[in-house]
Amino acid sequence: MADVRAETPRARTLTFDLPGWPGHRAGQHVDVRLTAEDGYRAQRSYSIASPPGASRLELTVERLDDGEVSPWLADEARPGDEIELRGPIGGYFVWEPARGGPLLLVAGGSGLVPLMAIERHRRAVAPEVASTVLVSARGPEDLLYAGELEGAAVVTYTRTRPEGWTGYARRVDEAMLAEAGPPPEARPRCFVCGPTSFVEVVAEALVALGHHRALIKTERFGATGG
Amino acid sequence: MDERMLDGNAGAGDLQELFAVEVTQTVGVCEACGMEGPLAEAHVYSLAPGLTLRCRGCEAVLARLVHLPDRTLVELRGLRRLEIVR
Repeated sequence: MADVRAETPRARTLTFDLPGWPGHRAGQHVDVRLTAEDGYRAQRSYSIASPPGASRLELTVERLDDGEVSPWLADEARPGDEIELRGPIGGYFVWEPARGGPLLLVAGGSGLVPLMAIERHRRAVAPEVASTVLVSARGPEDLLYAGELEGAAVVTYTRTRPEGWTGYARRVDEAMLAEAGPPPEARPRCFVCGPTSFVEVVAEALVALGHHRALIKTERFGATGG
Repeated sequence: MDERMLDGNAGAGDLQELFAVEVTQTVGVCEACGMEGPLAEAHVYSLAPGLTLRCRGCEAVLARLVHLPDRTLVELRGLRRLEIVR
């Protein structure tokens, strides 16, 4: 690990130098394996935040208080530490410019991480492809990449909101997706990532609005385990 | 809804290591109900020392993986067919 920076009070971005890394595609993840001194091993999947072609690999990890792996990554790990990674993994939850657009990227919490890799990749190599980023966060202190997304994402806060907030303040629903996103006739490529219940609700709402099921890709992460 | 339920993206690292192919786009056909779809969309439960993949249509078990200290057990009884994208 080469570098670490805080994103929010609960999340950090870890940067890795990986000699021999074969490169990755936007949306892929890696498995992180930690081995304790007694040989006990724990493994978790973390999405890659950096776009393809970046010189270093970045993971953003949010701490789950009862987790086995994330507290160490989000609080303890230091530059110079060596960590076992396996990947890149996945070919389904992936976007490449050849797949076209427009893009509708819908994130719940740290489900934003793989969608950020997609959005960063789009900006770098296909800025002509239209994209809508819709992020649901508990509150302003939980919003990842806030500076980078300012003015470039639609945000909804589900628990606490900044003073004077005039934006969305509820869970993502059909009306919000219809207002904020492109219409089904535009055939947007939809990527939805977040906790299981978030993904189920958003995917069903997209189908109800008339979006093509085959254009909706989903990735769920658990509320426990991290 | 069971918040512990994940999807085939979560088990992909273990499966990729076993089969040496990219598995999330691999299409599986459920033996029980015939539904077919990419394994990324299968329901995955990974709280045990392994993984269970279930059909997103009928919840039948498609496959199980159990990691033991010295070997890995793989059961594919619920998969009628796999179509591997090259």
